Amino acid sequence: MSTVALEKKEHPLDAYLRMERLPHIWCSGCGLGIILASFLRSLLKSGLNLDKVAVVSGIGCTGRAAGYVKLDSFHTTHGRAVPFATGLKLANPELKVVLFSGDGDLVAIGGNHLIHAARRNINLTVICVNNFIYGMTGGQLGPTTPTTARTTTTRAGNIEESFNIPYLVAAAGAVYVARWTAAQVRQLEKSIAEALLKKGFSLVEVISPCSTYYGRMNKLGTALEMMRYYRDNSVVKPDIDLKDAAIKLGGQIVTGKFVDIERPSLFNI
Amino acid sequence: MSEGKPLVGEFFLSGDEACAEGAISAGCRFFAGYPITPATEIAERMSDRLPEIGGTYIQMEDELASMAAVLGAAWGGVKSMTATSGPGFSLMMENIGLGVMLETPCVVVDIQRAGPSTGLPTLSGQGDMMQARWGSHGHYSIIALAPNSPQELFNLTIKAFNLSEKYRVPVLIMSEASTGHMYEKVVIPPPDKIELIHRRKPTVPPDKYLPYKADADLIPPMAVAGEGYRFHVTGLTHDERGYPAMNAEAQEKLIKRLVEKIEKNKADIIQVEEEGIDDAEVVVCAYGVPSRVAILAIEQAREGGIKVGMLRLITVWPFPEEKVREIARQVQAFVVPEINYGQIALEVERCACGRAKTILVPHMGGAVHSPEMILEAIRQAVE
Amino acid sequence: MTKSGAKTKNKVLLILTERCKGCGFCVEFCPQHVLSISKEVNARGYYPVYLNDNDKCTKCNLCGLVCPDFAISVVGDKEAQD
Repeated sequence: MSTVALEKKEHPLDAYLRMERLPHIWCSGCGLGIILASFLRSLLKSGLNLDKVAVVSGIGCTGRAAGYVKLDSFHTTHGRAVPFATGLKLANPELKVVLFSGDGDLVAIGGNHLIHAARRNINLTVICVNNFIYGMTGGQLGPTTPTTARTTTTRAGNIEESFNIPYLVAAAGAVYVARWTAAQVRQLEKSIAEALLKKGFSLVEVISPCSTYYGRMNKLGTALEMMRYYRDNSVVKPDIDLKDAAIKLGGQIVTGKFVDIERPSLFNI
Repeated sequence: MSEGKPLVGEFFLSGDEACAEGAISAGCRFFAGYPITPATEIAERMSDRLPEIGGTYIQMEDELASMAAVLGAAWGGVKSMTATSGPGFSLMMENIGLGVMLETPCVVVDIQRAGPSTGLPTLSGQGDMMQARWGSHGHYSIIALAPNSPQELFNLTIKAFNLSEKYRVPVLIMSEASTGHMYEKVVIPPPDKIELIHRRKPTVPPDKYLPYKADADLIPPMAVAGEGYRFHVTGLTHDERGYPAMNAEAQEKLIKRLVEKIEKNKADIIQVEEEGIDDAEVVVCAYGVPSRVAILAIEQAREGGIKVGMLRLITVWPFPEEKVREIARQVQAFVVPEINYGQIALEVERCACGRAKTILVPHMGGAVHSPEMILEAIRQAVE
Repeated sequence: MTKSGAKTKNKVLLILTERCKGCGFCVEFCPQHVLSISKEVNARGYYPVYLNDNDKCTKCNLCGLVCPDFAISVVGDKEAQD
């Protein structure tokens, strides 16, 4: 009895993907496909009207996510997904606006927009995929690259401190903040589901393997070895003081739902 | 202010205020902006008026965010705009390019001040005219209008919205500090007397809709988010489906259409004002506030026996090439007063093609020309 | 000890071999260790996964959750039938 190679069969999420654009461009072992699938599952379980869901993304590997979903979707400019999404939501409050943005797109070039959106508590759900690197352009330093890590622009090792995203957005005023690794699939799906239904600025950071650049340059092994690392070194500590949630190279990764509070959203939409 | 009713009647307004009222009369219901002299008053008035009429005003953290939000709101189905000056205009450029690439109707107002850089924040300039044409990277076409009074700021803001909706392109309004801050009578007609154009909507069902399949006039019908069309759009070069198409063939097809969408529809887009051209030996080609100064210079020149007329550019981009070429066959010279060191003059010279001289009357900015400066150039033209 | 009965009845493990990029995540995360990497490439040049013991497979779908390529998932039996 075999169920192998059922070529003509459909994956349960195929109906929500732009099939003519698959296979996606992400490398073998990239976490982005896991996160995209997780998002789609959460979306389907949320009961939201899919005609009213809009996906906005920035530039980078993560930014490509918008192009694969069969929803109204916008692939915008680098760092500007958040303000674009703000305009979109304000123009049509009925929309549920979800963002896919990488660590560089969201927190470097987009950093200013991120903190202001959190401050305003505009009702957006941001999925921030953090692979500690600028992947699409070939592996440069990013604002979340841990200190001492090698990248193509820090070949001798990064001398800068990196951003602790949950700390940053919580301080800026986000009402829902969670971090999971791509290995913690069940918790990730649950968090995304909660963030989708949360009224206000919610952010789910997902630690994702980039073995092609970050992993290779820092001798972290294959994508599989990186996933094993994330599975074995992530520790769930939702009540941690967020200033201690920073990620160091070779260290533990603190995950959990860190913030889930109530605060009126911008214009209460 | 208006308690939610449209303003109708005669008012004494500044150019900035008139611009805001023009936007409201045009159906604008979203403004995202950032304070910058001398455009701030547009934001201030919109912040007051929009909530009264069910619109949204938001002050964004910078001009990059403002332009992004304007595009987002347009894709949410609302007529949207922003207003700025030189430094902010520079910051908006990347997203203006996104607006062009996504074919997004919206209006961007630049109340110009002297530049470059911080320049003279409170004083006039016209140094952004070439930037209006080419400010974003890549090759594209865009529409830019040049009002010369508060009444025109009102009228042309409405025209800008109409053109942006019709051609699915950001439309720029290029004015100056003096015009933005001068107070004059502005007549606001009742809503039923104002013609408004709205973006063309798809007539096919969602499963047949291709976001960038253009109609015969090169303009595609536009679905917006939330209507069930489930489309994808991207700033990457794309095909008719809206999907990234990373090859020269797709680039050729797309860029040609984006440019020709404007250039081939010039007859509909271009508006100029001609005065005393028929017997003219010299024509003053002006736009914005120098065109007001030129009126007195022309009067005085005519009194002195010089046959001089005026070609006032109301649409600056696309540039009224045919009109300039036509006049060049007849006159000895064009006199081009502008508050820069020669920008639109370059276009005039190009189109005159050597048939007529082009005499630039530059002013570096910080003030407007005196009539004498323009008169002197007119006299020079006939020597 | 196999877990058959109510939980696995009417469920099938679907593997879309041509989509698989051979990352190995499903093999690693499968609690029953019933997935392996094939020694034959697919049309794209990857070594895809295959199910080595359907009886031991509990149809938990952890493989499906952890797959980045929409290449593997537990589906209802009806969907898999020709």
